[in-house]
Amino acid sequence: MRTDAEQHALSNAWQNWFRFSRNPTAVIGAVIVVVCVLLAILAPYITPYPDHVGAVVDFRNRHQPPSAAHWFGTDNVGRDIFTRVIFGLRISLILAVVVLGVAIPIGVILGLLAGYFGGWVETVIMRITDIALAIPPLVMALAVAAVLSPSLVNSMLAIALLWWTWHTRLIYSITRQLRTQEFVEAAETLGASRRHILFREILPNCVSAIAVKTSLDAGFVILIGAALSFLGLGIQPPTPDLGTMVAQGASFLPDYWWQSLLPGSAILILALGFNLLGDGLRDLFDVEDVR
Amino acid sequence: MTASPVLELRDLHKVFPLRGTFGRVRGEVRAVDGVSLSIPKGQVYGLAGESGSGKSTIARMIMGLTRPTGGDILLDGVSILGRQASLAHRRKVQMVFQNPGASLNPRRTVGQSIRVPLDAHGFPGNRQRRVAALLEMVQLPRHFAERYPHELSGGQKQRVAIARALAVEPRLLVLDEPTSALDVSVQARIIELLEDLGGELGLTYLFISHDLSLMRNFAQTVGVLYRGRIVETGAVAQVFGAPQHDYTRLLLASVPVISAEEEAMRPAIPLINGEIPTAEDLLALRQQARSKERQA
Repeated sequence: MRTDAEQHALSNAWQNWFRFSRNPTAVIGAVIVVVCVLLAILAPYITPYPDHVGAVVDFRNRHQPPSAAHWFGTDNVGRDIFTRVIFGLRISLILAVVVLGVAIPIGVILGLLAGYFGGWVETVIMRITDIALAIPPLVMALAVAAVLSPSLVNSMLAIALLWWTWHTRLIYSITRQLRTQEFVEAAETLGASRRHILFREILPNCVSAIAVKTSLDAGFVILIGAALSFLGLGIQPPTPDLGTMVAQGASFLPDYWWQSLLPGSAILILALGFNLLGDGLRDLFDVEDVR
Repeated sequence: MTASPVLELRDLHKVFPLRGTFGRVRGEVRAVDGVSLSIPKGQVYGLAGESGSGKSTIARMIMGLTRPTGGDILLDGVSILGRQASLAHRRKVQMVFQNPGASLNPRRTVGQSIRVPLDAHGFPGNRQRRVAALLEMVQLPRHFAERYPHELSGGQKQRVAIARALAVEPRLLVLDEPTSALDVSVQARIIELLEDLGGELGLTYLFISHDLSLMRNFAQTVGVLYRGRIVETGAVAQVFGAPQHDYTRLLLASVPVISAEEEAMRPAIPLINGEIPTAEDLLALRQQARSKERQA
């Protein structure tokens, strides 16, 4: 009995992998994301200059162009830019994980409640969502950074405070469709609790949409985080952050182009990877309503 | 017999308001318009009617998915419409839905689906063993518990739905067109299974269908529903052998037949311009005849 079940699970996983591997967009996206994550995790072991993360100064090597010793060149105080870029990936990825880790559960639960119960529950939740949707995340982050102090935690807080709205909307529309499905009504007539219906019957049918949305979102969150840092409202130096590096390098353009262009490309590639992966997953799962 | 019927409907009504722009009520649809019936224990009551006649609305009201706008529903003599219709009372009636593809959650295994009612009603004892026993009851191998609905055929899915409905040992099973989504060859086997289970477990059935040949074989009593009213009711042989109402005749005449013997059993209906009339035509003719009688 157990082996039969395992075989079924195995063949399903195999089929999914087969379909996934035939989708070039998804594979490219997945490769980019996996490489970036590995670089971020293994950063201290990859680079020969792990101490360049901090406030190291090496004036003899300042403004060096890309070379075999310094792949991405060095910055205005002689630090290896490649080292700082892969450590910067860490910050971007942590930002995405924390923001989405806070925003998605809130958004999904509110969406389920609004979609399933309808009536005044729906009215209250969805109108609050509409209000929150009207505030651009960057403006909100600027406001929070201005009121509190500019830091990584505060900018994550600001983005997470608004990000749940998209998930609420998405899950709300899916739940509305599922609520009238026969299997939901069947569960009701079988005496299942509301918690069971929401989390065991409806939620599993939202998972693929959530996965697609999460992947697409990760790219946007990283872009917004980089934009905040660029404006000086995110991560504070000397912690290496891609946005901050672009901003600092900008004052040495165009002569020392690598100082801002290469960290900028890293942001671009990371965001692109998540978007390609999301698009690929969307095709794989065949979900339509996700932006 | 003094025992109260398993199911009794008393003058049941359901009116849906028709809303226009801005939610203004423009009119109403009388989906169910004063239906009364009672089913004694162990009987199969067939509710026949075309789509839109209110069959499914009646089923939904019995299951508590829709609230009636009037009348009462009694299970074993107790109304289920009170606010505190208890879980214990609700489990006496279960339903098999029309489309087994839609009534099973695609993301949950067969075993997980069958466990839902066991968990909800706090089934004592080993639930996994109970799932296996239920699968056996509907003649499916027990390892099907690990499968997902998309790995099953339509007939197998409907068997799973029946097993799930039987999990908490209901007294009454509402069958809402349980075979209409299935292949003809599979239909008969599902009906056979239901007959066997009915005898074995002492079940009472409310069998809702538009398929009159199935009903003739399966039900003992039939009610013919037209526009939310039961226009004719009685034993199967009586209603199908000598239909009194034009609408029943029309329904019977619409059943496709193969043998000459069956053809002979078809009731005669007046043709309009050489074609089979619609229900509306027939009722209009009837009204005309009545008003002529009254004038005469």
